[in-house]
Amino acid sequence: MGQYIVRRLLQAIPMLLLVSIILFALINIAPGGPLAQFSRSRRLSGERVEALKRQFGLDKPLPVQYIVWLAGNDWMAIDTDGNGITDSYGTRKGVLRGDFGFSFQNREPVLEQIMDRLPNTIYLMGITLIVVAIVAIPIGIISAVKQYSAFDITVTTLSFMGQAMPEFWLGLILILVFYVTLDNPVTGKALLPGGGMFTIGAEFSLVDRINHLILPVSMGVVGWVAWWSRFLRSSMLEVINQDYIRTARAKGQSERKVLYRHALKNALIPLITMIMIDFPYVFTGAIVVERIFSWPGMGRLYYNSATSRDYPMLMGVLILGSVVIILSNLMADIIYAYLDPRVRYD
Amino acid sequence: MPKKTDEKISPMKPPDTMASQVWRRFRRHPGAMVGAVILTILIISVLLAGLSPYDPEISDIKNRFQSPSWTHLFGTDGLGRDVLVRVLYGGRVSLTVGFMVVGITLSIGVPIGAMAGYFGGWIDSVLSKVIDATLSLPALMFMILLAAILREIDLPILKTNSTLTIALVLGVLSWPTVARLVRAVFLTFREMEYVQAAKALGASNLRIIISEILPNGFGPIIVESTLGIGYAIMEESTLSFLGFGIMPPTPSWGNLLDNAQEHLSQYPWLAIFPGLMIFLAIISINFIGDGLRDALDPYKILAQIDE
Repeated sequence: MGQYIVRRLLQAIPMLLLVSIILFALINIAPGGPLAQFSRSRRLSGERVEALKRQFGLDKPLPVQYIVWLAGNDWMAIDTDGNGITDSYGTRKGVLRGDFGFSFQNREPVLEQIMDRLPNTIYLMGITLIVVAIVAIPIGIISAVKQYSAFDITVTTLSFMGQAMPEFWLGLILILVFYVTLDNPVTGKALLPGGGMFTIGAEFSLVDRINHLILPVSMGVVGWVAWWSRFLRSSMLEVINQDYIRTARAKGQSERKVLYRHALKNALIPLITMIMIDFPYVFTGAIVVERIFSWPGMGRLYYNSATSRDYPMLMGVLILGSVVIILSNLMADIIYAYLDPRVRYD
Repeated sequence: MPKKTDEKISPMKPPDTMASQVWRRFRRHPGAMVGAVILTILIISVLLAGLSPYDPEISDIKNRFQSPSWTHLFGTDGLGRDVLVRVLYGGRVSLTVGFMVVGITLSIGVPIGAMAGYFGGWIDSVLSKVIDATLSLPALMFMILLAAILREIDLPILKTNSTLTIALVLGVLSWPTVARLVRAVFLTFREMEYVQAAKALGASNLRIIISEILPNGFGPIIVESTLGIGYAIMEESTLSFLGFGIMPPTPSWGNLLDNAQEHLSQYPWLAIFPGLMIFLAIISINFIGDGLRDALDPYKILAQIDE
């Protein structure tokens, strides 16, 4: 088992590097780097722009720039006036030490800004994930156990519909129904808030927080539950039709014991793997929800940065997202290998 | 000639080709047939969009924000344009993008998967790493970045043709799934005896790849491509909704919804219809894909032969 873990870890590292190279190459294809705004300024002469270029390390070849981006350049000498004499050392620490650069827009460190918004996104998407698990797992299991019953057919049809529904349309319809149309019978105002995390200026109230959570969470939950319940249903069915289940029944086990002890345990393995593989969505999946419901999280940060072409910020979020995905897949593989010993020997 | 009155001679059945078996199995799925009907209706109405007396892009401010009526079945938008016409033209765009994406996905994914699966060794290692790396990127985020960058680059093809741009963006992230599928097919069938026989007969690698092994993958590839169209429509409309997809004034279901957002409280029909179309298109495609998956399942077809 330990060998398997080490092997997978070693495989993950070149994957991370490969992803970072792809992203770095992509960002450098895009015109409009940090000096784009300066090239149009009349106060800066060409010489000064050159000096700035050298200071930022933009005159070096791309592979060197990549190393600088990864490991920083405070160990490298920088020659600002091109006369061959070192003037200063670099100031960047590099991604590996947590320095993701500075945002084009507001000159703040990228990592700081991401960390500011990340908790809000995790708050929203984490609760969504929990609700999805609570709803989808029982539905999927019951659907499989009572195959072809009215419950099963209803659930299957609904999940087909849920998977085909565009998230953002659902969000708009929810706002239309619960914010625009329906009114709170007590206060006369809208039944549910149309955006934001909490009512600005009001004191902290759990009910208020929950009110603000209902619509965005509902929007995210539908598609997810549809997908999970179908997946669970088919994996549970696969397990139920196995020979060892038939043996357990033939041996006289009560149906309940057969289900819980034998079937469920084995169906849980693909379920857990699926949870781990879907987990990164907590970090990366919030863009549309946060845009529609004005949620101050990382998704909206990404959207705003993309609109204003703030490449360092985009890079930072993408790297973070990729790291989460690679690590989650790693965890999924390890957990799967732990639960299903047959996998370890490949 | 003595008449054989007590012997019933059954008429000769038409030859039982693979295609007819698949079609027969497909027909048995109520969901798939309904999906096919809906999709056909959708495609026909989208193709007939030109019949409408209204122009999708010329504004008519006098008539802005009309609610649905007999003259404007879906109402009009903020610039007075008929929403039904815009929805239908948007359908053309979305469906075109969907097919283009599948084309790109297959053109990249099938060769790469075939090479990785057939040759194995270091080719497989390298290609698998590329496939895995592409799959490790957060999808929507990367697509937004790519769309933004492609827009900044000065390529004339891309600047005039936002459909092509979107299709490229979507294709770049969809090919790995198909590649993995094809690779699995090749890994499975590479060792079959008929492949060895073909080699012994002197067939070139290319011929073996295309004629012997690849046909085994047609079933899953077809299913994956069909579902891929639905996925492409979903992602394209999401990107257009966020403003990184099809650019106005060209209508697309996604950007129609984006424009409808600010007027949600006053003119809700602007949001209801485009989204409804996306929903209908995708659900019918999913039903068809599901039916195809069952119809093309080789084990079930084998069972049918024994009937």
